[in-house]
Amino acid sequence: MEQPASAYFMEERHDPNETHTLTVLVANEPGVLARVIGLFSGRGYNIESLTVSETESHKHVSRITIVTTGTPMVITQIKHQLDRMIPVHRVVDMTLTGRSIERELAMVKLRGTGEHRVEALRLAEAFRARVIDATIESFVFEITGNTGKINQFIDLMRPLGLVEVSRTGVAAISRGPEGM
Amino acid sequence: MSDSKPHDPNQMTGAAMIVRALADHGVKHIFGYPGGAVLPIYDEIYQQSEVEHILVRHEQGAGHAAEGYARSTGLPGVVLVTSGPGATNMVTPLADALMDSIPLVCITGQVPTHLIGNDAFQECDTVGITRPCTKHNWLVRDVNDLAKVLHEAFYVATTGRPGPVVVDVPKDVQFATGTYHPPRKSDVHISYSPRVKGDANAIRKAVSMLAGAKKPIIYSGGGVINSGLAASKLLRELVEVTGFPITSTLMGLGAYPASGPNWLGMLGMHGTYEANMAMHDCDVMLCVGARFDDRITGRTDAFSPNSKKIHIDIDPSSINKNIRVDIPIIGDCGNVLGDILQVFKSEAKKPDTKDWWKTIATWRARNSLAYKTNNDVILPQFAIQRLFEATRGHDTYITTEVGQHQMWAAQFFGFEEPHRWMTSGGLGTMGYGLPAALGVQVAHPDSLVIDIGGDASVQMTMQEMSAAVQHELPIKIFILNNQYMGMVRQWQQLLHGNRLSHSYSEALPDFVKLAEAYGGVGFQCSKPGDLDGALQEMIKVKKPVLFDCRVAALENCFPMIPSGKAHNEMLLPLEANDEATAAAFAGGKALV
Repeated sequence: MEQPASAYFMEERHDPNETHTLTVLVANEPGVLARVIGLFSGRGYNIESLTVSETESHKHVSRITIVTTGTPMVITQIKHQLDRMIPVHRVVDMTLTGRSIERELAMVKLRGTGEHRVEALRLAEAFRARVIDATIESFVFEITGNTGKINQFIDLMRPLGLVEVSRTGVAAISRGPEGM
Repeated sequence: MSDSKPHDPNQMTGAAMIVRALADHGVKHIFGYPGGAVLPIYDEIYQQSEVEHILVRHEQGAGHAAEGYARSTGLPGVVLVTSGPGATNMVTPLADALMDSIPLVCITGQVPTHLIGNDAFQECDTVGITRPCTKHNWLVRDVNDLAKVLHEAFYVATTGRPGPVVVDVPKDVQFATGTYHPPRKSDVHISYSPRVKGDANAIRKAVSMLAGAKKPIIYSGGGVINSGLAASKLLRELVEVTGFPITSTLMGLGAYPASGPNWLGMLGMHGTYEANMAMHDCDVMLCVGARFDDRITGRTDAFSPNSKKIHIDIDPSSINKNIRVDIPIIGDCGNVLGDILQVFKSEAKKPDTKDWWKTIATWRARNSLAYKTNNDVILPQFAIQRLFEATRGHDTYITTEVGQHQMWAAQFFGFEEPHRWMTSGGLGTMGYGLPAALGVQVAHPDSLVIDIGGDASVQMTMQEMSAAVQHELPIKIFILNNQYMGMVRQWQQLLHGNRLSHSYSEALPDFVKLAEAYGGVGFQCSKPGDLDGALQEMIKVKKPVLFDCRVAALENCFPMIPSGKAHNEMLLPLEANDEATAAAFAGGKALV
């Protein structure tokens, strides 16, 4: 009788992965972020981006925006698992509503002189990035936009003397007059 | 000093609030173990008589005892343990209760607030450690929050999908004085509101699907037990009104009586052939309070391929987690079953399932629980059957440990009522049964409480024999002693080339002497002919008992779906010769 290599063989699912942006409204209390993050690590879900801040201080409500990837079945699970946590008020799948705006902010530091410096400034202008710090051999640009635009800008900066990048992660809001 | 203000009865210390809150929630018994960080609470317990404290010998024992208490009564089990090791020893029962949806309220002591984060003596990050193994937990830093948190803790543990909660109370908060208030609605997070009533539209659709079924099956689970006695009643009525066959998970045994005409036996990895074949071939499946876990489904891509599925569950995250269903109904089992019944009675009539029952009869005829009888050695299946017969007419509660004996108990002990069967299903905790029996006996002092155990499992929490003797709890520990970790050995035989790595118990204690050393009573039986007499003797004893039942050492648990196989690829006991076994497991994809 042939033995399997491991008794822990799991059948893999091969549904294609999707990327979704979830907005989670939570009670702003100690440990709530740890609960959310622990859920993701404990159940093996991905976090591509995560932003958190209190948004309605009088109601003690914080808003967490999570970008995650997974099969449609996993994405649904993530939403249900989040929703059943006691301090979670609401979970909205911004990707499914199809009417959301996503933005993030990045600060991009460059070091260089001469032609590279001029080129970087030109590109920054094209991307509507602002200079928020400068020395004779460096710049820090501030850029906002969706993830794709920021990725593109960083890629362009790389050969021009990119030193480091700090990004906020994605924040999302729905279009139109209605709130969540 | 003159005190002109009248004394406010709601002003009290945190420790007093805890005891007061327990009384306000109708708690009669708590299980616990004292230590430095809970001494103020123990001092309050000493000075009152409303809440009785059961002292265990290890915090894990307190947790499982509370689980047994909860499972056999439908009430929350309450545990009180100290900080640090007291809390970490509770992690296993908390994880166990979370998996099996058992309501537990665990109060842990914590070092004083000014020492938190300081690596103080007996400090650990209790809320951090228990966060993934509780439904919710709280660290209370202000005595004026304590009443609210305690009331919310009871509410969260017992409503929706029940589960364990932890309230971590630093010692200075226990000493501090604040204002208590009785339970009120505003104690609970506004974000927590579990859905009880099922969607009327979905229920209507479900009824028409059930009414049109030719090969239906009802698959019920622990959710029906959790929902309360009414849910089991409604389930029985639905089976009667529809005439459908019914099977159940390990956790759901007793919701429908094992002697009922429509009972197919348990399903899943060690379920009956007829239950698994009916699941595989059915055209409409009604899943009530069960969660399609991997011991039930086997290979998910081959699970019941041609059926429409209706799934009733109070937890939306159970829906479509493992198996896609056609009609999900979110709500409490009892509530939804009531609605289904009402609509079914007024709008549908009993579908014709005669042909389906004929097919089921041919599967039943395979007699999948058969075993070769033996006059010289006690077979474990025989032992359970004789135990079942011996307990007829008694008010019996059964707990188990985890392993082969657990599966044999599920297969051969007939459960007629809910709340009579306490076992560790999801987490599979060896050592659960003995302390769980202790908890059951506390709740039902005059009943016959038996832990069906294995020689390996019972040794994990054997120390609670001492607690049983102290509190005069006459639990009966019926050990199927085969000198092996039987289920481990079975898997090693089937999947690891019969290399029995560390599954033989080299140095078992003399269980009879061990029982006597604790102050209990020991029995030993190794001959089939002596068993009935010994069992009668055991039942008569009004003290804790260890019954060392020596059984056939190499017996294996069948029928079995080799994991990673489908329901219609079962291995039956009398056909499980070496060749068939090898074929069934060839290239086996074993989940665990």
